[in-house]
Amino acid sequence: MSETTASTAKKRPEFYNIDGASLISYRWPIASIASGMHRVSGAILFFLMPFIIWMFDNSISSEISFLKFKAAFNEGMLGLPGFIWKLVVLGIIWASLHHFIAGLRHLWMDTHHEHVTKDFGRQTAATVIVLTLALTVVLGAKLFGLY
Amino acid sequence: MSVNFGSHRLVVGAHYGMRDWLSQRVTAVIMALFTVLVLAQLIFSKGPIGYELWAGIFSPQWMKSLTFLVILSLLYHVWVGMRNIFQDYVKPYGVRFVMHVFAIAWLVACTGGAIEALWRL
Repeated sequence: MSETTASTAKKRPEFYNIDGASLISYRWPIASIASGMHRVSGAILFFLMPFIIWMFDNSISSEISFLKFKAAFNEGMLGLPGFIWKLVVLGIIWASLHHFIAGLRHLWMDTHHEHVTKDFGRQTAATVIVLTLALTVVLGAKLFGLY
Repeated sequence: MSVNFGSHRLVVGAHYGMRDWLSQRVTAVIMALFTVLVLAQLIFSKGPIGYELWAGIFSPQWMKSLTFLVILSLLYHVWVGMRNIFQDYVKPYGVRFVMHVFAIAWLVACTGGAIEALWRL
């Protein structure tokens, strides 16, 4: 018995943490894509944090700063036209929505292990991606004044 | 693989155990509830969203305290998230260390800016 354990133990494969190179060689099922996008959306929000705080600051501080906040998206700011800043906000909208909805999926999976199956993972990952894109389109249309 | 636990543990290595993992979830729940609270006030408002309405959401003292809590939650949540990303993709420990320092500096500066904006209201 102990001999069998010893021989099987020798053959056990070793798994290391992922690195940048394995990102290319790994298969990317839809749950991985949703997970990867969760990371990317989080990183986007990390790097855009100063701009998000700028928006928060100017939108709440005073009537005058509120006008300055609005002007950035209409007349432009820092030599860039307004629609460029609107595109940045569209990126923030997508990243926030994806991070939020994918986060709810993770919280659900963490608290409901009995629901976690391969199919559940695939279906909810697809739901996260599609729902995020749909809401981004709806809010983006509003942002660009289409309705 | 070289020994990187016990007395040989890495400065930029994993924080073993539940703490960071659970903190990230708890802070996520705090931020999610806050988001719903703010969005609900926008959705159930009438007419265009002007300065009065928007700033009015954040001006009550209890809302300022809550927003303060959310800013601190964000700080810790993002730190854990960025640390995870660096640990997975940045293998040279020196580079990773520099990036950890950068992330902390970036986040502390952002947190200061956000609290300043909130307190000024």
